[in-house]
Amino acid sequence: MTEKLVIIGNGMAPGRMLEHLLEKAPGQYEVTIFNAEPRVNYDRIMLSPVLSGEKDYEQIIIHGDGWYIKHGITLYKGHRIIAIDRDARTVTSDHGVTESYDKLVIATGSVPFIIPVPGNNLPGVITYRDLDDVQAMLLAAQSREKAIVIGGGLLGLEAAAGLAGRGMDVTVLHVMPTLMDRQLDPAAGYLLQKELEGRGIKILCKANTKAIVGNGRVEGIELDDGRIIPATLVVMAVGIRPSVGLAKEAGLAVNRGIVVDHGMQTSDGSILALGECAEVGGMVYGLVAPLYEMARVAASHLAGERSAAFVHSDTPTKLKVTGIELFSLGDFADGDDREEIVLRDASAGVYKRLVLKDNRIIGTVLYGETADGAWFNDLKKKATDISQMRETLIFGQAYQGGAPLDPMAAVAALPDDAEICGCNGVCKGRIVSTITDKGLTSLDDVRAHTKASASCGSCTGLVEQLMTLTLGDSYNPAAVQPMCGCTDLGHDDVRRLIKAKGLKTIPAVMQELEWKTSCGCAKCRPALNYYLVCDWPDEYADDYQSRFINERVHANIQKDGTYSVVPRMWGGVTNAGELRAIADVVDKFEIPLVKVTGGQRIDLLGIEKEDLPAVWADLGKAGFISGQAYAKGLRTVKTCVGSDWCRFGTQDSTGLGIRIEKFMWGSWTPAKLKLAVSGCPRNCAEATCKDIGVICVDSGFEIHFAGAAGLDIKGTEVLGLVKTEDEALEHIVALTQMYREQARYLERIYKWAKRIGLEEIRRQIMGDEAKRKAFYGRFVFSQKFAQVDPWSERVSGKDKHEFRPMATIGYTQAAE
Amino acid sequence: MDMNWIAIGNIADIPLRGARCVKTPQGKIAVFRTAENEVFAIEDHCPHKGGPLSQGIVHAKAVTCPLHNWVISLETGKALGADLGAVKTVPLRNEDGALFIALESLMMAAE
Repeated sequence: MTEKLVIIGNGMAPGRMLEHLLEKAPGQYEVTIFNAEPRVNYDRIMLSPVLSGEKDYEQIIIHGDGWYIKHGITLYKGHRIIAIDRDARTVTSDHGVTESYDKLVIATGSVPFIIPVPGNNLPGVITYRDLDDVQAMLLAAQSREKAIVIGGGLLGLEAAAGLAGRGMDVTVLHVMPTLMDRQLDPAAGYLLQKELEGRGIKILCKANTKAIVGNGRVEGIELDDGRIIPATLVVMAVGIRPSVGLAKEAGLAVNRGIVVDHGMQTSDGSILALGECAEVGGMVYGLVAPLYEMARVAASHLAGERSAAFVHSDTPTKLKVTGIELFSLGDFADGDDREEIVLRDASAGVYKRLVLKDNRIIGTVLYGETADGAWFNDLKKKATDISQMRETLIFGQAYQGGAPLDPMAAVAALPDDAEICGCNGVCKGRIVSTITDKGLTSLDDVRAHTKASASCGSCTGLVEQLMTLTLGDSYNPAAVQPMCGCTDLGHDDVRRLIKAKGLKTIPAVMQELEWKTSCGCAKCRPALNYYLVCDWPDEYADDYQSRFINERVHANIQKDGTYSVVPRMWGGVTNAGELRAIADVVDKFEIPLVKVTGGQRIDLLGIEKEDLPAVWADLGKAGFISGQAYAKGLRTVKTCVGSDWCRFGTQDSTGLGIRIEKFMWGSWTPAKLKLAVSGCPRNCAEATCKDIGVICVDSGFEIHFAGAAGLDIKGTEVLGLVKTEDEALEHIVALTQMYREQARYLERIYKWAKRIGLEEIRRQIMGDEAKRKAFYGRFVFSQKFAQVDPWSERVSGKDKHEFRPMATIGYTQAAE
Repeated sequence: MDMNWIAIGNIADIPLRGARCVKTPQGKIAVFRTAENEVFAIEDHCPHKGGPLSQGIVHAKAVTCPLHNWVISLETGKALGADLGAVKTVPLRNEDGALFIALESLMMAAE
């Protein structure tokens, strides 16, 4: 059952929380958001670039209106919540909307601190907090008059730089002796001041505001020492205060911020708080990284994962003023137990200071050159003992010997002879040296040259890490993987464009999508052939020359060039007549091996290619058709004996399995598709590790999907419970069609499901009857063209050339 | 030395972007027909693990082996891309669609 989640506030923290929550527990909550601002969620960190004109509002939107619609979230824009009734579990907005909740999240953020001096409410005094403030500043800047920014911290300096860039004459007033005193030491603060002054910004430190003066609107500021500085715009940027009024009135525990535990829980079990308004472990936060961490934790708790806990970590500070490089992290106060390493380069305007305690970095200030910030941050976070590199530490990572210490340290630390690819027996040293020697830059290249990750692909992550280690930033695994070397497009783009452009032949796809080769390759041609078969079942002429040999000759090629043959045994059920026919075929063609398969079939191995049509002819006479054991298509439906025989069986699992197999045989799918039906939860047909499985229960049929028991082992996920056999068939068929239409070629159902999300699949198949019926309809239509037994076709003479040599040259002929 | 040209059939016997094989006393020869209607003959035996190249997917002037995806040039018989190895090419003549291969080496072997 869905619960009601109400969120007060629509800033970056709750926005991120929702992203996590939609991923972790899609559909668990019906979400309603009240936003006091009349707009969607945007990136407040980017307000300074908007002020300076480097970006505009549209570019900093995180979630557009479409996102809320897509996720079924109700967003009340411009609604300020004025009351929380904890007994009734409701909230009420200033427009009179009352909404009830099961869970409430308070994310009211913070309000700018307004210094308590006379005149602080005059028109022309603004704060720097949201887009409205930025717009007010932009308007004021058009006058090109004088502006004062009170506060020489991060926000104040960004505002000052922005206003100066817009042509205003700007003065910064700061009460402390140096700028950004909470993030920078005096030396760096001094360099920063010089830089800003060089840009025409006046800086007054140790400046205490006594009053804001003006008649009807701002005319200037009077300082403690009596000086009066004229201005038509005053921006207050002296800090923020958690916005806790609402929580306080509701009777929640409030200190500096709304008090929450490490799971973001307030003193009311139904109410969470996060973001700048929350106080956790006695701290309130204003930088985005810890707020995002809170978002992650809150989402986990809402999704029922109680173990998630917020952990404090220092966050580096960076000033977003173009051309100023500044990095600050941790604790850099002087102290008896501390040492420091300082590097100054006056001509280059560089200042670096590391504060050490017990040979570990505890604080960092970098000015003018900040590239090593992340590295110092990492050393600090890991509390790395730096005594070995102390002499060169300040010069940065590039000056250190040995492998770089980064998040991939584990891979970096592996010895050269460590095996990376078990399938192909490729070790680390070989991969690294091949990358370097041959100048490889893509995963495909590494696969081609070393064979690592070229088989099962389960070591792909490791190989990519090695590539990142070896190539550094020039390797970007996040980029879309092209289908193959013939195109820059990935599978998803190709599938989309085939539909969008109505491409119905392989040459049309290659022409319209600008293939780089004339005729494709053995990777893209089978994929394209499948996509076209799937998308245009009635119009596309299957291109057998673009199919792998197994599908081209409807048998499985073996290592010695012979083939194996698996006749279809519906649901794994056979009889004396069929077995006799198989025995006769084995004798007649001297078939060397007969083997029972895992899918409840009989496999005849070691058949010469030329004999295939004759073998099929004999099998066909006994009623057999192809078992398609070679196909990227429906393979087998495995069953148990069910209620007909078994004392535990709840439904006719054998009958259902046969029915499904008779309905679905012949269909092509992105990768092989194996099903099973078990008659009771004892699960003798092993349905819970199949691509699609059914567990029969008294009340109906539990449909499972996305299992794996091959390279990966994975139990299935439950799609849902249906009451009748008819419904079970409809749901299974619809799911298969959805997979057929959306997956990438050779992508098994569990990988596809993981990629697009289980909940999305459930929503479309279980929750949306119209969609389900449409999928079902398209599958049924496609089957009209697919359900032709390929064996009997070939017995009747189709593709004769495949099974006969073109010519046979004898000794005499050759010797003539 | 005169080539011993042996008729093996017509180009139309081979599907476009396909192959047929010719059985000889020394093993199978794969005869390919590309999308551009060119014809090539090479040993039907991949240099990697002996896979039947005639069963592979034909693209441009190359074939991908059905067993482990080595790509072999039909012109030179050499493995393309990162793999190293080669198969023998067999001389082939195309007279208005009538195909002949030369079995000089086979003849010598048989003598």
